Amino acid sequence: MGFELTQEYILGHLNYWLFSVLMMTGLYIVVAKGNLVKKIVGLNIFQTSVFMLYISMGKVTDGTAPIFPLDMDVDPDVIYSNPLPHVLILTAIVVGVATTALGLALIVRIQEEFNTIEEDDILKIERAIVQTENAIHGDAMGGRA
Amino acid sequence: MSAESTHVAMTLSDHLPILQILVPLVSAPLIVLIGSRRLTWSLAFIASVLSFGIAILLLMQVIDGSIISYQIGGWAPPLGIEYRVDATNAFVLLLVTGISTLVLPYARESVKSEIPAKHHTLFYAAFMLCLTGLLGVTITGDAFNVFVFLEISSLSTYVLIAQGSYRDKRALTAAYDYLIMGTIGATFFVIGLGMLYMATGTLNMADLADRIADQGSNRTVRAAFAFIVVGMGLKIAIYPLHLWLPRAYTFAPSAVTVFLAATATKVAIYVLLRFTFSVFQPSFMFEVNTLEFIILPFAILAMFAASFIAIFQNDFKRMLAYSSIAQIGYMLLGISLLTETGLTAAIAHLFNHGITKATLFMGVGILALRSGGSFYNRIQGMGKSMPWTSAAIVIGGLSLIGVPGTAGFISKWVLVEATIEKGWWPLSVLIVLSSLLAVIYVWRVIEVLYLKTPLAGTDYREAPFSMLIPMWIMALACIYFGLATDVTLTASRAAAQGLLAGSAGMM
Repeated sequence: MGFELTQEYILGHLNYWLFSVLMMTGLYIVVAKGNLVKKIVGLNIFQTSVFMLYISMGKVTDGTAPIFPLDMDVDPDVIYSNPLPHVLILTAIVVGVATTALGLALIVRIQEEFNTIEEDDILKIERAIVQTENAIHGDAMGGRA
Repeated sequence: MSAESTHVAMTLSDHLPILQILVPLVSAPLIVLIGSRRLTWSLAFIASVLSFGIAILLLMQVIDGSIISYQIGGWAPPLGIEYRVDATNAFVLLLVTGISTLVLPYARESVKSEIPAKHHTLFYAAFMLCLTGLLGVTITGDAFNVFVFLEISSLSTYVLIAQGSYRDKRALTAAYDYLIMGTIGATFFVIGLGMLYMATGTLNMADLADRIADQGSNRTVRAAFAFIVVGMGLKIAIYPLHLWLPRAYTFAPSAVTVFLAATATKVAIYVLLRFTFSVFQPSFMFEVNTLEFIILPFAILAMFAASFIAIFQNDFKRMLAYSSIAQIGYMLLGISLLTETGLTAAIAHLFNHGITKATLFMGVGILALRSGGSFYNRIQGMGKSMPWTSAAIVIGGLSLIGVPGTAGFISKWVLVEATIEKGWWPLSVLIVLSSLLAVIYVWRVIEVLYLKTPLAGTDYREAPFSMLIPMWIMALACIYFGLATDVTLTASRAAAQGLLAGSAGMM
């Protein structure tokens, strides 16, 4: 009985499990990886998990594709899936693509200016800049840049 | 003939809510397509003035408490997307368009000196897109539409911040960091919306409010609330989620910093207000707990920690960025009191801090234009060579502290009143103490500007009029709204009452 319930519970919420795993994987990559491109990949996985959450919520049990017949003669017994979340996520996908494009463009510029796309190296370069600034501007004021 | 023309006029005024978005939205591709460097600025300015005019007309229509509901494409809400203008968001629309109309004349000189000429057209296009996004977030009555416009404004903001890279390459990493954090925030917001949609089957805010009120709190709704608060928290820069802000504000071009500091975080706070008070009911226990035990302590932490960090900065611009985080703390404190007076204080401070910070960041931009940087030892003694700029900075600084007679005083006074009214007098003491920290960091600037000897061999000219005039309009507004307290307080109180009435205020 308990097992039955658990199995049903696990399978019944499969989309939510997958959503959580993907979401956490994506977030982890964003936080843990030092390579800027890998961070964007993580961000993409994170966003994709949300697409999945939306798309799976639009599924109605036994529902078919929400396309009406040409003659608009709709059979009241046919169950249709909910198309709205799918439409919403089309917008979110566009936003995701734009974010990725912009992120990659920024990385190209960072590569040009810093000659690296590793976070650790960039931090080192920036720390060196701050130290120079402190030497010029900080000591006079007794503060830190 | 005359009947026809009145008909056209009526149609136009009926379409004001969509024109508010369309004018800046269309101007952006137009700027790029025309591609003329001479026309670029004028096009952006005309579009901004037009949307400012539209915002005034909209506010006049709703100031008596009525609500405009505009159906996009004639699809009736809750299924269609609805634009809904009431006193609260008409006020925010006016603030955003007003600031953009003042920032653009200022931006002309500032952008010329900070960004290569060949990028000007794209810069102004991104600026108009950012304005479109902020206005869209404010005007829409559809929760998912908020996300779409939020991303329009965020994506263009990342571009605008990255434009600072021609002066300092760290602008690129600042923009990248903001892109990562901003996207995580926006995605959290969408997850929250998805959960709300699961629980209620609707995305129209008024409809959401009704259905949530009907079904009460359940785990899905609570999780949705948590996701939305964290997501917006990243955009607002609530204390532990503020890491993107100081770098983004420091390295962005001056004009962009002015615009963002005065509008972007304010619009995000407006969204938080809409969701905590209109969509969710303030009477829900989980919401009261969140505000009281999470937002309130972080707000106080922000007031002190960020102010302390601001004191030890030696870059004027970065100091102001940290001070912004502290000031956001005051607004959140007002919101988390959950009383009418507290909300009034938060909304009034939202407006007053907007104009105060605009004055100060404009001042930084002007100093940087002449001296090439905003470090204290670069700008020292400039009070003598640039008296007008420095005087406006002093006015802004006084307003930031909250000296009586300036705008900043009014909202802090109401905030103290709200804490006493609630019986939480230790909070009143904390507000006063953190204002004393503001005295220290503002005094450091005044000392640098007036008491230090100017650098040898520098004799800076006063700033061009196109920059001085917008700055002085802001500075005089700081004084005007500090003396004519009725204007802001009446509007803020009306907005607070509307919000506290919950969904009733929206219907």
